[in-house]
Amino acid sequence: MTVIEKDSLIGKRLTKMDAPEKTAGKTRYIHDINLPGQLVGMILRTDRVHAIIKSIDTSAARALPGVHAVLTAKDLPQKGLGVNKDNPPLKGERVRCERDEIAAVAAESEEIAAQALRLIKVEYEDLAPLFDPEAALRPGAPVIHESKPDNVAMAFDYSHGDVVAGEAESDVVVEDTFTLHRVTHCCMGVSGIIADFEATSGNLTLYSNTQVPFLHKREFAEVLGMDPGRIRIIQPPIGGGFGSKLDIYPFEPICVYLAQATRRPVKLVFTRAEEFLASPTRQPAIVRLRSGAKKDGTLTFRTVDILLDNGGYTSWGATIPFVMMQTFSSLYRVPHCLYHTKAVYTNNPYAGSFRGYGNLQATFAIEAHMDKMADAIGMDALDFRMKNAQVAGEVTPQGMDFKTCGLQDCLTLAARDSDFAAKRSAYAARKGAVGGVKRGIGMASMLHVGGGAKIYPSDGCGTNIKLDDFGHVTIMTGASEIGQGSETVLAQLVCEELGVPMSAVTVVNNDTDITPWDVGVHASRTTFIAGNSAVGAARKAKAKILAAAAGLSNLPAEQLDLRGGHVIRAEDGESVMPLAKLLRSLHFSDKAELVTTSHYYEPPSVHQDKGFKGNVSAAYAWATQVVEIEVDTDTGIVTLLKVWAAHDVGRVLNRLGIEGQIEGGIVMGQGYALTEDMIMVEGHLKNAGFTDYKLITAPEIPEMSIEFIETMDGEGPQGAKGVGEAPAICMAAAIGNAIENATGVRLTSLPFTPERVYRGLKQGAAS
Amino acid sequence: MSPTIEITFTLNGMPKRISVDPTLSTLVMLREILGLTGTKYGCGEGECGACTILVDGKSANACLMFAADCDGRAIVTIEGVAIDRSADGLRQAFVDHGGVQCGFCTPGMVVQAKHTLDKQPHADRATIKRGLEGNICRCTGYKKIVDAVAAVSGTNS
Repeated sequence: MTVIEKDSLIGKRLTKMDAPEKTAGKTRYIHDINLPGQLVGMILRTDRVHAIIKSIDTSAARALPGVHAVLTAKDLPQKGLGVNKDNPPLKGERVRCERDEIAAVAAESEEIAAQALRLIKVEYEDLAPLFDPEAALRPGAPVIHESKPDNVAMAFDYSHGDVVAGEAESDVVVEDTFTLHRVTHCCMGVSGIIADFEATSGNLTLYSNTQVPFLHKREFAEVLGMDPGRIRIIQPPIGGGFGSKLDIYPFEPICVYLAQATRRPVKLVFTRAEEFLASPTRQPAIVRLRSGAKKDGTLTFRTVDILLDNGGYTSWGATIPFVMMQTFSSLYRVPHCLYHTKAVYTNNPYAGSFRGYGNLQATFAIEAHMDKMADAIGMDALDFRMKNAQVAGEVTPQGMDFKTCGLQDCLTLAARDSDFAAKRSAYAARKGAVGGVKRGIGMASMLHVGGGAKIYPSDGCGTNIKLDDFGHVTIMTGASEIGQGSETVLAQLVCEELGVPMSAVTVVNNDTDITPWDVGVHASRTTFIAGNSAVGAARKAKAKILAAAAGLSNLPAEQLDLRGGHVIRAEDGESVMPLAKLLRSLHFSDKAELVTTSHYYEPPSVHQDKGFKGNVSAAYAWATQVVEIEVDTDTGIVTLLKVWAAHDVGRVLNRLGIEGQIEGGIVMGQGYALTEDMIMVEGHLKNAGFTDYKLITAPEIPEMSIEFIETMDGEGPQGAKGVGEAPAICMAAAIGNAIENATGVRLTSLPFTPERVYRGLKQGAAS
Repeated sequence: MSPTIEITFTLNGMPKRISVDPTLSTLVMLREILGLTGTKYGCGEGECGACTILVDGKSANACLMFAADCDGRAIVTIEGVAIDRSADGLRQAFVDHGGVQCGFCTPGMVVQAKHTLDKQPHADRATIKRGLEGNICRCTGYKKIVDAVAAVSGTNS
């Protein structure tokens, strides 16, 4: 008999399951898929930012040979998309921002479609534009949507305690206005969709890059007036998401309308310039923050007033205050907090969700004030944070229940590894004078949901598992793969339960006709929620298998286990029989049974009340990042030298995957802080391409040192918490603090481009 | 219709003769006419490197090169790298070191990495980073890609 040694995959460096095909160029993204008879869809966008459409003449375009359909708003039901349902797929009466969709064409080739768009004549009557969100609130400002005469698209208000009392007991009070800029996702795979509609059956098959296939299905049904049961969404491998594919956008129903009009499959894929112009952005914000502390280092209060430039329509960007408020109320212990936000309509682009979801913006403001107050009361910046840091067991005034919290460990480790205290005082002693290259070190911490976020009626995910007669396991999960490695981590969790190697597992995660419901890839929720769901389905399969094995082996199921592809005796690891053999004897016998199971996991979190109080997530992720930089005070160039990142991730599942998430997040945060900026001039984007929109490239990355704090969350799968968004959140805040440490100048606007830094230093030196 | 140009070149080691429109890019020829979709469109202006191919052994952006200019040259795409058994180690290194996430930049990265190593088999990390400077990755933060290439060049620290 064979003894199977116990072996765990948890914490190992597992390679990504889909990586071999990706390195061979075999992976077929939406761009690589072509259906027989397919037409090219293309959208005419306005060149105005705010205007009445007087007429659209499509006659010449319709007459062009090879054009199969030309659609304008007149051809479609006027249903609005997005959070406020204020964004019709094609605009017929009025345009409100540069990206607005006016007409759409389906043609036999890209050249013909492009030529058809050029033949469409649109007459406009310009309206007074509105670009400044502060001006949007002034009396007499142009009204962007008649249904919202005050231009307020959305408002969130929150409070706990009494900020007046808090201010009265403060020894130091600081106040600043922070201006956060507009950046965009820059997924390497541009947006696209293929719509295949069969008129006689009414079946609609969509090949889509969405991160939320099941919500998408409902929204498509709503806007198209279709039975959702007739809609199937297939997700080919997705060339990056980062939150950009969380909403339904005009191009998607437009493509369906073109397919319905022509009765042919239609593929609509953006150009890179279109991707810049017409996909959502990160939400720009103006954050007014007033904070106080006592001399002994106790935080007293925080008053927050945030203005968001909502752009012409409302997508998820308007809802980032929901996440920002968690950071303001609960990253550190603050007894009194008053928080007001408004998202106001303008004629600028609108924002969607983007990795971090408002938390980069909130953390930037908070952590600047943590340094500023520590310095004002003469306390060490680390000690000040440690004194106010959340700890496990705390339930915050907002109702967040921190069952695990590694913030103090994150702070301690990141500070120790970076020699933070000694460097910060040494560099500060040398700051002040302009001239030459100066070093600085800066710190920031973050709190983010790590156990889902109960925003929708359900925050759950379903998993079906089947085992075949060779012992191969197929996992059908609702969770989408957008490059983050969810398929690998889900397979790993199932392998751990079923005692099979990774090579015995296939993950199916891309077809709403097959996979069980999931709310979507967002809120860093997939490892936690889909992971728990997969573990639940695997445990059900294991119980079935062991019950059957007990019957065959005359050993009680409790004395059996699964390991190394075998049913084993738990006490000594002795093989009872190979798993495949058991499955076959179950299948090809009088029992004639297949091992298939299903599990739906709903996290034990709650919907917040009207005052935004309640434990919205089943677990919370924590991190501290320290950065060391050089500032060339003669040029304003900031060079990021090294990042020390300490993350409370609950538990490391796939070490290779989680390192990749953190490194990628750090560099994305570096780009947000230093180089990326959508340059808008009167509502027009001036840098719609990688030549002028600067992403970080390989030679610019910092040295990265990553520490994991394993707090073993009781609710997490194998103790793990979410991590996807966390690593991008601290970078801008930490770099801002490091610039101050190096130069003595506090910069409150992003990004820290050489020009902004240089001007800031000159002004700082003069004042 | 504009007159087409007949071109002859080797594609992944095999002779190829086709007629192309003089305005056609190599990227569109590869993807739309020859069905080699491993070469990706990322920007169309030579900034992102997703369409990197080898032309006579030197890396080039297929989006910036006219198809007609392939005439008389040896073109290698990611599909050619994938059938080249001597490049298996490089592709495996991308897998083993976590150099792949969404994977959209990966074909261009692999081709560019191959070019870098062909020129300098023992390239150090700084050289590798310079070599990959023209290839954008939004997912990985580049470190694991550099680790992968450095593992092949034997300069991983």
